[in-house]
Amino acid sequence: MNKQVSAPREKVIFEHSRPGRTATAQFPAAADGVDDLPKHLLRGEAPRLPEVSELQAVRHFTRLSQLNFSIDTHFYPLGSCTMKYNPKACNSFAMLPEFLSRHPLAPESHGQGFLACMFELQEMLKEVTGMQGVSLTPMAGAQGELAGVAMIMAYHKARNDLARNEIIVPEAAHGTNPATATMCGCRLREIPCGPDGDVDVDALRAAVGPNTAGIMLTNPSTLGVFERKIVEVARVVHEAGGLLYYDGANLNAILGKVRPGDMGFDVIHMNLHKTFSTPHGGGGPGSGAVGVGKRLLPFMPVPVVGRDGESYRWVTEKELPQSIGRLSGFMGNAGVLLRAYVYMRMLGREGMQRVAEYAALNANYMMARLKKAGFDPAYPDRRASHEFILTLKRQAKEQGVTAMDFAKRLLDYGFHAPTTYFPLLVPECLLIEPTETESLEELDGFIDAMIAILEEARSEPETVRTAPHTLPVRRLDDVRAAKQLDLTWKESA
Amino acid sequence: MPFNPHTESDVRAMLDAIGVRSIDQLFEEIPASLRVKSLAGVPEALNEMDVGRIMHERAERDGRPLNFIGAGAYEHHIPAAVWAITTRGEFYSAYTPYQAEASQGTLQMIYEWQTMMAALTGMEVSNASLYDGASGLAEACLMAVRANRKSKSSRILLPKTVDPTCRKVVRSIAGMQGFTFDELPYDAESGVTRMDSLARYEGQDITAIVVQQPNFFGSLEEVDELTQWARSRGALVIAMVNPTSLALLKPPGQWGQRGVDIVCGEAQPLGVPLSSGGPYVGFMTTRMEHVRQMPGRIVGRTVDMDGKPGFTLTLQAREQHIRRGKATSNICTNQGLLMTAATIYLTLLGPEGLGRVARASHARTRQLVDVLCRIPGVRRRFTQPFFHEAALALDRSVAGVLKELTARNIIGGLDLSGDYPELGETLLVCATETKTPADIETYARALREVVTAARAA
Repeated sequence: MNKQVSAPREKVIFEHSRPGRTATAQFPAAADGVDDLPKHLLRGEAPRLPEVSELQAVRHFTRLSQLNFSIDTHFYPLGSCTMKYNPKACNSFAMLPEFLSRHPLAPESHGQGFLACMFELQEMLKEVTGMQGVSLTPMAGAQGELAGVAMIMAYHKARNDLARNEIIVPEAAHGTNPATATMCGCRLREIPCGPDGDVDVDALRAAVGPNTAGIMLTNPSTLGVFERKIVEVARVVHEAGGLLYYDGANLNAILGKVRPGDMGFDVIHMNLHKTFSTPHGGGGPGSGAVGVGKRLLPFMPVPVVGRDGESYRWVTEKELPQSIGRLSGFMGNAGVLLRAYVYMRMLGREGMQRVAEYAALNANYMMARLKKAGFDPAYPDRRASHEFILTLKRQAKEQGVTAMDFAKRLLDYGFHAPTTYFPLLVPECLLIEPTETESLEELDGFIDAMIAILEEARSEPETVRTAPHTLPVRRLDDVRAAKQLDLTWKESA
Repeated sequence: MPFNPHTESDVRAMLDAIGVRSIDQLFEEIPASLRVKSLAGVPEALNEMDVGRIMHERAERDGRPLNFIGAGAYEHHIPAAVWAITTRGEFYSAYTPYQAEASQGTLQMIYEWQTMMAALTGMEVSNASLYDGASGLAEACLMAVRANRKSKSSRILLPKTVDPTCRKVVRSIAGMQGFTFDELPYDAESGVTRMDSLARYEGQDITAIVVQQPNFFGSLEEVDELTQWARSRGALVIAMVNPTSLALLKPPGQWGQRGVDIVCGEAQPLGVPLSSGGPYVGFMTTRMEHVRQMPGRIVGRTVDMDGKPGFTLTLQAREQHIRRGKATSNICTNQGLLMTAATIYLTLLGPEGLGRVARASHARTRQLVDVLCRIPGVRRRFTQPFFHEAALALDRSVAGVLKELTARNIIGGLDLSGDYPELGETLLVCATETKTPADIETYARALREVVTAARAA
């Protein structure tokens, strides 16, 4: 695999550009009537944008697309990201021309169809999470987190319980959790996990007190295991006067099996781009709808969609004066929400439960087979949730081949790498999440590749250490990227 | 099962390999008392055809009225190639380019976007995008407080001419960290920020000022004066701009003598459909000196082990997955797919095409304003020149007029009385290159009828 001829690199679009070259079919007719704009506010020189033909543009961007791994082209077991199939119908129906052309400030009378979808989506999300209210406005998981913690803070403030400014976060949490707590003006208190992956309840007891605003938890945790003591955790936090926040990153693992509301959570965010199969889009758009229990209903971000009889309308600050406010220019990622709605209608009640079942089946199958093949699961005595962790500490020590080397070599075998080096507490880890939409053959192909790489690590470790060998580029110099910043294309470069 | 490939024999083989009897056994660690009994509130599954029927019916119910609202979301023609490419699975179903070698397409796309946005705004560096324009402004305020190390006040001047929803979003997102936001009044005649309102801040510690160009009323602010005032007093300048306008208007990098510090805005006008408000795409550019304070992903060009050029995420030490509680923001995703659409849009339009869109949009709006102002009881509300959006004063209830127009399948503009009660009956209108002279005539005729009927009654 070492000596392959690779195609020449795709030029930067500006290298295709020639002065005066245009794709005029896209242009509106030339217009006069801009003589009223004051001279001192005008631009001197036209902006330096590419000047190419339509075919050049189409070919360039199509070629760029071919340099990507994606769910449509590759198995993509990126742990904690739930890279499941994005059904094509979700995209097609969200892109019906009437939906696309609807202005966000158009009157409700010209949005009843759209609003009906949003209202029903709220209702379905309430049902599957066991919450009392849902607001769809947060535009990504991290914004859902922000909304969640902001609601917790608003709740304490409304009760004049002003000392509560500490957010407890287990050390295995996603980086967004502590970052969110900081953005909400909270102090952070980290607590450890026990050797079995569950939260250390004694440490939690010691951490809670009159300053506790709440705890942020993911369940199953980022360690890929279900938090078995969740009922006790909820009791400890509630008795101390704090609230429980559920990070929905791993909701796919329990969809239709157990609901955050029933576990005792007061507020949750859902990553619709994970559990409800909206596209990841090369890094967004996400969608981070939030669900709340009764206590937090008055604080939901606006707008939400309400129903009077047969007609739907926006519920705004006027009706929710204690709302934490607005998080987006309009109502969040409406088109993403339509995709989630279509997905949920196609899954239906039973399909919803099968999501968790087959996600768990795939993860546990892979873990069992990889363990048998000589890999070390981080929590071998636990059931995997929808994902699991391998630690390659032993391989790193014995063969000098790291988790990163495995990840890069997997690319050569035609598989996107699992998440690497997260969670931070497990050394040399791969976090593997196959999702329910992958077939047994695909899982076996991945397992075979892992076994082959393990063998390579013994017989030809240099091949693994210098992988990938078959992609448009080999390992990139990240240090140079950060030191000699080249963030925009320049003529001379 | 709609999207699961497992056959019965697959399931049996997999359960055997795991060493369990049933799938249910995989959930044995969940306390039995917590297990879901039923999901009665979720309807039964539908197939694609039946869901399609529902969606088509609902879409048709919403229809396609003739729209004259802008107010932060603008209807422009989108070249067919934009979404034909954007929805390719390789872009649509990929994720954040953590594995750079397997994501060069997305990474190079972001690098090209960064280059285009820096050029358009006249700044040195850009990030990979933010959720939308409103949350982008909130992030810009947070960034300004980090970047202006000399200022201790965390006090930001936020003119009332800045989009009111964006101001609300700024308070929701950035307000939790104890910042102060002071509103600056506007001149009731001209519709732009009053320079004399700055006098009371003389000698005070101001962290930053926000300037929206064109402002929410469509009016053109005196950006050079505002920028000079702020910069000579140690305050940073945050420009919030409409990217289409930058084909004609002075880029923020050239405002005043040295330009602004941070530029942000909504890139929806660049190839992203209105779609009820999202997903849109926020952009942010800045000076190189502030790059380490910028939130969001940033892509850099570097070389691989063989010295071949390639692209990678860079300056990640700013971000939440590394710095956790000390990160510049909690942002994780950006709006990759919409950034893709906008990059393709800018490429197809180029400098000439974008200029034509800006000129045609402005010319159409002027035409609209001229025609509507010939109707008795309708006049321009402000005197300052505008760009492709303008406020009109009516001598009757705007809400009532809009309702009548809606019944005629025309969305006549935005009623400003909610956010600006002091303006009285004021209507914000916008036409873009998508509106033909016939569309404008249709609107004018309908408005004349509504006004005349009301007068006769």
